[in-house]
Formats: sequence, structure tokens, C-alpha cells
Amino acid sequence: MKDKEILIIGGGPAGLEAAYNLAINGIKVTILEKDPSIGGNIKKWVKLFPDFGDAAEVRKIFEGKIKHENITLHTDAEVTKLYNDGGKWFVKDTKDNTYSAAAALLATGFEAFDARRKEELGYGIYDNVITSVDFEEMYKTGKILTAQGTIPKRIAFLNCVGSRDEKVGNHYCSRVCCINAVKQATEFKEIVPDAEAFCFYMDMRMAGQFYEELYRKSQEKYGVIYIRGRISEAAATIDKRIQIKSEDTLTGLPLRMTVDILVLMVGIESSASTTELSTQNEINGEYGFAKSLGLYNSDNLTKKEGLFLAGSCKRPLTLPETVADARSASIQIVNYLNIN
Amino acid sequence: MKNWGFKISQPRTIDFDTADLKEFNKLIEKVPSSKRCLMCGACSATCSASNHTDFNFRKCHLMYRRGQFDGLAEELNKCMLCGKCKLVCPRGVNTRAIIYNMRIFLNDLNYKNIE
Repeated sequence: MKDKEILIIGGGPAGLEAAYNLAINGIKVTILEKDPSIGGNIKKWVKLFPDFGDAAEVRKIFEGKIKHENITLHTDAEVTKLYNDGGKWFVKDTKDNTYSAAAALLATGFEAFDARRKEELGYGIYDNVITSVDFEEMYKTGKILTAQGTIPKRIAFLNCVGSRDEKVGNHYCSRVCCINAVKQATEFKEIVPDAEAFCFYMDMRMAGQFYEELYRKSQEKYGVIYIRGRISEAAATIDKRIQIKSEDTLTGLPLRMTVDILVLMVGIESSASTTELSTQNEINGEYGFAKSLGLYNSDNLTKKEGLFLAGSCKRPLTLPETVADARSASIQIVNYLNIN
Repeated sequence: MKNWGFKISQPRTIDFDTADLKEFNKLIEKVPSSKRCLMCGACSATCSASNHTDFNFRKCHLMYRRGQFDGLAEELNKCMLCGKCKLVCPRGVNTRAIIYNMRIFLNDLNYKNIE
């Protein structure tokens, strides 16, 4: 019989949801979170697609859920080593603390693509080129302003920055950026109804419940304009606006446009911890994500006994998918600790 | 014969039953990456020739795929083979090689000669 205990690496939605479900099943949980506070990537978000749900509220619910006698939370604890020794799982953090338990759950999630790697789009060079993460940061203040502090009259969103791009080595689709662009364009038009909002896309992938409806609403109610073409260059004008070049592929004509803000919809990449810890345990898959044993029947298991996976450390996932995946991991872990 | 002021216009349809779609296979053989093109237009957006002429590489490539060769050779002569399009392509398509080979194949098909 194994000790009823587990280490959860990562205090984002996946780690927290799993922690709660394991704790109420009588398992002692230790959560290790690298940041000073829990929540992972939802800390950066204000409203969530597709229903404009309050991200802070979701985070608060998680905070409440993990207030359980079976859960110990360590923040500022970045795990640098994860290994198995004599059938037990051990982790070491940056402060040289070691923790151990009968099982471990990797819930180290994703990181947003570093847009500086697409130099031709000018992020980090021109102040009015921002990312979707910066947009959220600005949206927290209730205002969307240019770097010069003026209200933008025209904004453009560019999809597939760091996704579906061979030049940065990411062939995959990040799945969430299309709908996020629709959400942010809608939010922008709510704040500045007179301004123009353009969305540049290669394909609009609205494959989620209510995504298509939101897409439609953004066109019908908010007048967001969608242009099929990838922006290949961005440069600043003398008045610090951004001039972009694309092809309007549906008319077949080259397109030039000057915008006040260019928002790059950055894709999902595996987090540094995901890549590092999965490599240490030889469960690293494509693009630095962790690899589960099988997609259909054992997606939370790994080839290492007692090491489990949950959430977007495996692949780009939406928040509801991540939370559902964490619950699925929980039941596998409960079974593992009870049977073996 | 009385001229009624009407004439029969050429069909505008791309007829997949009669169009020469096999020609594209030759291009694929020479430039396999051409299969990966998703027509995003990044190439034609960055193209130096497109800024000064009505040249559109993406469209030329698509017309070639569809077996629509009329006027294509003249269009392709507007390209300076600078290769800037190749730098921005998100699918890593060898755009420059596509143009080069399309020119050769069109020449073989007795469309307008390479100048």
C-alpha cells in the first residue's frame, strides 16, 4: 500500500483543480508554485473567452478550494529537479528544499511566445507594437492607450504569432489565439466604439462552443473587420504609429495600413519548467511539451510509474479543457495510490 | 451578317475537368515545399515587385496550380528573384524556386519565352 500523498508541480488551474480533487479524496497534497502567488497564466487575464467570465473570480474560487487541511502550498518554489528514487518521487526547488511523495503530478503549463523572436513585426523595437498579454495588462486599467497616451483610432490584431510558423519552429496551432483576438477586438470596441478594429488572419478557427457566435457578434454588433492575410512587416512612422504590410488575399491586392496599435496574438509554447522537467524524466514530446502515454486511454499517465500529467504542459489547451483534464488526472492518481 | 452588338465571351470558369492540373505535379517534384502553401499572402505583402507593379506571386502560384497559364509567363517576368518572400513564409515554402521553375515549365509549354 502506497502512502496517500502527492507532489503537484505548478499552482495554475491544472495544479489547483487536481489538488482540490485529491485532497477531498484523503490524499496529502504538496503544491509547488514558482511565482509568489497561485493562478498561473490566468493571473494575467481580465476576462475569459468566450463568455467574458471574470478571471479574478475564477482565481478566487481556486484560492478557496485549496484551503483544505490536506493541502500544503509552497510559493516562490521553482522546481529544478524531478526524479524517482527507490519508487518514490522527489523534487528539488531553487531554494534547495527537497520534497518527496509516492506520486508526482506535472502541471507546469505553458508560456506565451516571446514575440521578439519575430523581429520583422517590431515587438520590443516599436512601443506601439504590443502582445495579447500586454493588451490584458492594459485592459486591467480599463483603458487602451498608445505608448504616447492617446486614444487609438485604429487598432490591428495579428493572429498566428509564434504559431503555425516554421520560421520559429512551431508548426502547431495554439488554438486559443483566434478566439482571444475576437474577444480583445470586442473589448476594444466596447471601450472605443468610434475606433476601427482589424483582425488579420490565415484561418479563423472558431471550433469551440459559442466561439462562432462571438465571432459573428464582433462583426455584426461591434464592426470588427477581418482581413485574410498575414502581416509580414511592421515599421514605425515618424509620428510613432505602426505601418503594416499584408496582402488582402481575398481581393488579391497588396494592403498597406497605418495603425495606432498593433497587437500580436502570441501563441502557446511549453513553459521552461515543462521542458526541463519532462526532459529530465525522458517524457519530453514535440516542441518541448510533455508526452503522455497515450492520447485516448492514458492521457494523464506517463511511461514513468507514479508520474502524472495535467493541463497545458502537454499541449495548448483552453481553461475549461485544462480544468477537466486536471479532474481526469485526479481520478487516475486516486486509483494509483489506492490500488498499488 | 448583321452585327447585333453582342459577342460570345470566353468562359471565366476554372474548369477542373479540362484544366491541366498535372503540370503542378512537375512543380511539386522540383519544389516539394510548394504543397505546403496555405495562401496567407505574406510573400506578396513583402514583395518588392508587388509594391511597384501589379505582380502577385501568391496568385501566380495558385493560377499555376489550377492550370491557368495564360499571361502567367509575362507576370512572372516581373519578379526579380530577390527571395524576400522566402524569408517571411510561415510554412517554409521555397517561393523563389517556385518562380524559377514555373518560368522554365511555362517555357517548355511554349508560353512566352524567358527574356
